[in-house]
Amino acid sequence: MVTIKIKCRTIARGVAEGEVLLSTDALSFLGNVDPKTGVVVDPSHAIYGQCIKDKILVFPHGKGSTVGSYVIYQLKKNNVAPAGMINIDSEPIVAVGAIISDIPLVDRLEEDPYEVLSDGDHVKVDSSNGYIEIPEK
Amino acid sequence: MHLTKEEERTLNGEDGETLQKAMEILVALGDIYGADTLIPVKSAQIAGVSYKTIGDAGLEWISDLNGKVKVPSILNPAGMDMQRWKDMGIEPDFAEKQVEVIKAYESLGIRSMCTCTPYYLEGFSATYGDHLAWSESSAVSYANSVIGARTNREGGPSALSAALVGKTANYGYHLDENRVPTVSVTVECELSGSDYGALGYLAGKYVGNRVPIFYMASTPTSDNLKALGAAMAASGAVALYHVEDITPEAQKVSFANPEDRIIIERSQIDEVYEEVIGGTDDLECDIAAVGCPHCSADELENIARLLEGKGIDKELWVCTSREVAEKNAELVKQIEQSGAKVLCDTCMVVSPATEGHNCMMVNSGKALAYVPGMCKVAAKIGSLEECIKKVGGDN
Repeated sequence: MVTIKIKCRTIARGVAEGEVLLSTDALSFLGNVDPKTGVVVDPSHAIYGQCIKDKILVFPHGKGSTVGSYVIYQLKKNNVAPAGMINIDSEPIVAVGAIISDIPLVDRLEEDPYEVLSDGDHVKVDSSNGYIEIPEK
Repeated sequence: MHLTKEEERTLNGEDGETLQKAMEILVALGDIYGADTLIPVKSAQIAGVSYKTIGDAGLEWISDLNGKVKVPSILNPAGMDMQRWKDMGIEPDFAEKQVEVIKAYESLGIRSMCTCTPYYLEGFSATYGDHLAWSESSAVSYANSVIGARTNREGGPSALSAALVGKTANYGYHLDENRVPTVSVTVECELSGSDYGALGYLAGKYVGNRVPIFYMASTPTSDNLKALGAAMAASGAVALYHVEDITPEAQKVSFANPEDRIIIERSQIDEVYEEVIGGTDDLECDIAAVGCPHCSADELENIARLLEGKGIDKELWVCTSREVAEKNAELVKQIEQSGAKVLCDTCMVVSPATEGHNCMMVNSGKALAYVPGMCKVAAKIGSLEECIKKVGGDN
């Protein structure tokens, strides 16, 4: 399969692969996500009811309480964390959460992730080397 | 961000996993906010201490770290008085977890003093221009504004990273250009005591995350400034403010009057006093709590004087740091003779012990902002005298 590489900025190092789950809404890990199941529990959220476990979670940026960093860590310990994360622009809560939880996180892709990615695409996030790899459509 | 060879080595894991992770956090924040380098910090103050706020996940993360902090480091308030938790009605399960959190921090070389006023303690004094990595929002505000030191609003993990590395990323309030006021607040009426907390509660909502300069009719003490900054950091995200002719930076730098201007009138401050936040007007306060941020020696003295020869019939909490309490043992004794409790290491906001009360009277704008949401207890602000009166201390 032919793949294309898109450059991005490294926030939390590591390599992950998985299926894309796209959220058009920002995400507050404290309150929006159940740390035990990884299911988005806020009824007003764009990906309400979906499980983020093992996904490549794409969302614009984080929001809400700084305790959110520890919620990400809890998701990881409960084996329901996303495999990797892609942001438009990362902010400290998600960045720190991803780093302490060993979840590769990138932002500032050279192309708009909402243009080039769709739900269910198989994507590789190589944050250590600063790119993501997606199948050519 | 430019890293030295030594910092690069740490980032690549050559100094172990804990320091690698700490460095990754600092570099990520530096990259997000456009820092050029890392800069040394004089001390660190670490949030994420109360088991009520960090839970098992936070405890686990801290417990997994190995190493020793490189600069004097101290903690934010815990969920209970580490010695008198039983008096507070804390459950043994909670106490056990809270002790584990503190022990995990101690094993990293962090001083297990839990306070939001590190600047009162020996070894933590900061002076004008010092770079720090402090977490507690009111301590950040005090350090930046009242002392003229420099710190960002560090989150728990980033302050801990700065403590382990001995450095922080050079962005935000470490830089001159971000310390210039962008909004002015003119207060035409005379203020005293808890008025400063009420003003901060009000002003923080307008100011948001900007840097205000205050023009005041009255002359605030450092305790007044502490209350003002704490409230603005709670109702807004204010990390630095200036007061014309009063705060050190405003004395040294001639700031232009910002175009964006706010005027606060007495009637607006009076309105803050009238409201019961998170409850209804007829709700009777069944507890009063003062010491948010933790009391200074001067404040303990004032409280002791007001309680002299009086007994109270409801709960009155006076929160302070253990070091200040121990240095002022006689004042603590006088306060407790009234039936009030002087609690150390904790406060009314981060402790689960307030649950079950109906309404708390506080003399702090910060507590007024946090108690209803974090403790599910309604809150009302009053002067120190009113707080004491409310718990029966008028006999």
